[in-house]
Amino acid sequence: MNRINQKLQEDKKLLSIYFTAGYPNIDDTVTIIQNLEKSGVDMIEIGLPFSDPLADGPTIQDSSTQALKNGMTSELLFQQLKDIRKTVSIPLIIMGYFNPMLQYGVEAFCKKCQEIGIDGLIIPDLPVDVYHDEYKSTFDKYGLINVFLITPQTSEERIRYIDSVSDGFIYMVSSASTTGAKSGFGDEQEDYFTRISNMNLKNPQIVGFGIFNNDTFTQATKHAKGAIIGSAFIKYVTANGIENLENFIAPMLSK
Amino acid sequence: MSYNINDKGYYGEFGGAFIPEMLYPNIEELRQNYLKITAEESFQEEFHQLLKDYVGRPSPLYFAKRLSEKYNTKIYLKREDLNHTGAHKVNNTIGQILLAQRLGKTRIIAETGAGQHGVATATVCALMGIECVVYMGEVDIARQAPNVARMKMLGAKVVPALSGSRTLKDATNEAMRDWINNPVDTHYIVGSVVGPHPYPDMVARFQAVVSEEIKKQLLEKEGTENPDYLIACVGGGSNAAGTYYHYLDDTDVNIIAVEAAGKGIDTGESAATSVLGKEGIIHGSKTLLMQTGDGQITEPYSISAGLDYPGVGPMHANLYKTGRAEFISITDDEAMTAGLELSQLEGIIPAIETSHALAVFEHKTFKTEDIIVLNLSGRGDKDLQNYIEYFKL
Ligand SMILES: Cc1ncc(COP(=O)(O)O)c(C=O)c1O
Repeated sequence: MNRINQKLQEDKKLLSIYFTAGYPNIDDTVTIIQNLEKSGVDMIEIGLPFSDPLADGPTIQDSSTQALKNGMTSELLFQQLKDIRKTVSIPLIIMGYFNPMLQYGVEAFCKKCQEIGIDGLIIPDLPVDVYHDEYKSTFDKYGLINVFLITPQTSEERIRYIDSVSDGFIYMVSSASTTGAKSGFGDEQEDYFTRISNMNLKNPQIVGFGIFNNDTFTQATKHAKGAIIGSAFIKYVTANGIENLENFIAPMLSK
Repeated sequence: MSYNINDKGYYGEFGGAFIPEMLYPNIEELRQNYLKITAEESFQEEFHQLLKDYVGRPSPLYFAKRLSEKYNTKIYLKREDLNHTGAHKVNNTIGQILLAQRLGKTRIIAETGAGQHGVATATVCALMGIECVVYMGEVDIARQAPNVARMKMLGAKVVPALSGSRTLKDATNEAMRDWINNPVDTHYIVGSVVGPHPYPDMVARFQAVVSEEIKKQLLEKEGTENPDYLIACVGGGSNAAGTYYHYLDDTDVNIIAVEAAGKGIDTGESAATSVLGKEGIIHGSKTLLMQTGDGQITEPYSISAGLDYPGVGPMHANLYKTGRAEFISITDDEAMTAGLELSQLEGIIPAIETSHALAVFEHKTFKTEDIIVLNLSGRGDKDLQNYIEYFKL
């Protein structure tokens, strides 16, 4: 069974961390992953940096720009990760925009992911219908789970469709925003979280965007299976480096 | 085979809507409504009334006698420079603002490169009393100062795009991010035939008035609707799409698309997408774009802010791939020289974007009896400072 599906069966709320590969320094990738696992993180999204990250706010944009300046590429990321499964056992997901994967070759990219032990992909600008018609068979062939996003504006009909195409979890974008918004969750989010929870989807949901502290993590996971922290984590490593990650992670998980 | 869009939103293999889910409801709302709304009689009436009384259409098709003599051929200029606001861009913004109103939108955003689309958007927003925010790269704000002032005068807010190369591509990213953050009340007026479906088709349809008029005007002047050649510059490709639209499937009409070579194709400072680009995805569209082997979008360069874009619209990618259009790249120097030449031969100062199209006459020899229609997409007022500095006038 795919590590993502296994993890989703555990009887706990899951914390997933996003970071940009190649940031702050080009060779930090493996250390960050190992330290995150040691700190108690359940799942990791490895961000493949892109020059034009449309769905991202300033924090992830800046980290991507820096990572590209540092020399990160798809090929280099694969090299860095080639022995990752010798030391790390939690689910690993690559999150990136579609163009770099297209240039690498979608099949070649998926094949590499399988060789390394990547469990899934999140590609925000690959629409679900194009995936379904053109790429699903390739993802299936290499045992990769593709994760789709929904937002507060996504219609019920479309959520049902996305649920039917998904076989891992649904990435629930917390509000109408790019990544890194930091205003906390109000009634609007609470209504949205409840509404989705009441739909009884076949796939569990993990909430992302706008989660930056214990409060927002707790609110997000009241109904959902887990939550993803991205921008807030990148800000943390920018200020504190990549060594003592439990200082960031532990407060998120404390009840 | 048609060179126009198919019912799935593709030109051949190019087009589609590669957008994050956050933009899906906005794009889907447009996709479901744009053909229906623009076909309504009340829409068509208001659109054509405004094009006539406010924009000043039809724009003249002017026989450029001295230019024709110089190049020993027959050159007609489609005078989009005489439109209100000084370029073809306003044809599209009139159409989109009427659409936005009918969709109940109360806030408009736009990206701009040369500032012509920003001005045309700010203009229609003033006309309709709607809030307007224009994203513009910091570099372009500096080189197109008169247009920044015009947008402000018209009541628009101009927001500098500070990411990446700080030009048109980055302004487009910022506008898309704004739309993600304001999905309900806001309409994004995209300024060229780029972006996710239905934008390329929608903008092409609004610009198609250009070739609709050329057909009538040429019939009057030459007894035929069809010229031998159509010439237009291509940034994203909207003035070109408008010029070609009603001729796309008329293959006895030759199509020439002119791109900016910047300092030269091989200098690393260029915006000639057809030569330097590869298939990929930019701003939600599968098309040709300039990128690294690793799929990172590269920073283009052109002296002309309106052509300084690392992609082309999917219609043009298909025209290139199929060989339907001939693509020619023109350097900064060639364009500037052609701009000065038109000024002194015909008394028309063209936009630097348009000057690229005009430089084709030095590149390619036409027959004496050839009838050529060139889209004079904009006037050069906004570029005076650049011309003055370049020629030390
Ligand atoms: C006068 C003029 N011509 C051409 C262009 C290029 O745009 P497009 O290729 O969409 O016509 C611009 C863009 O700003 C412009 O201002």
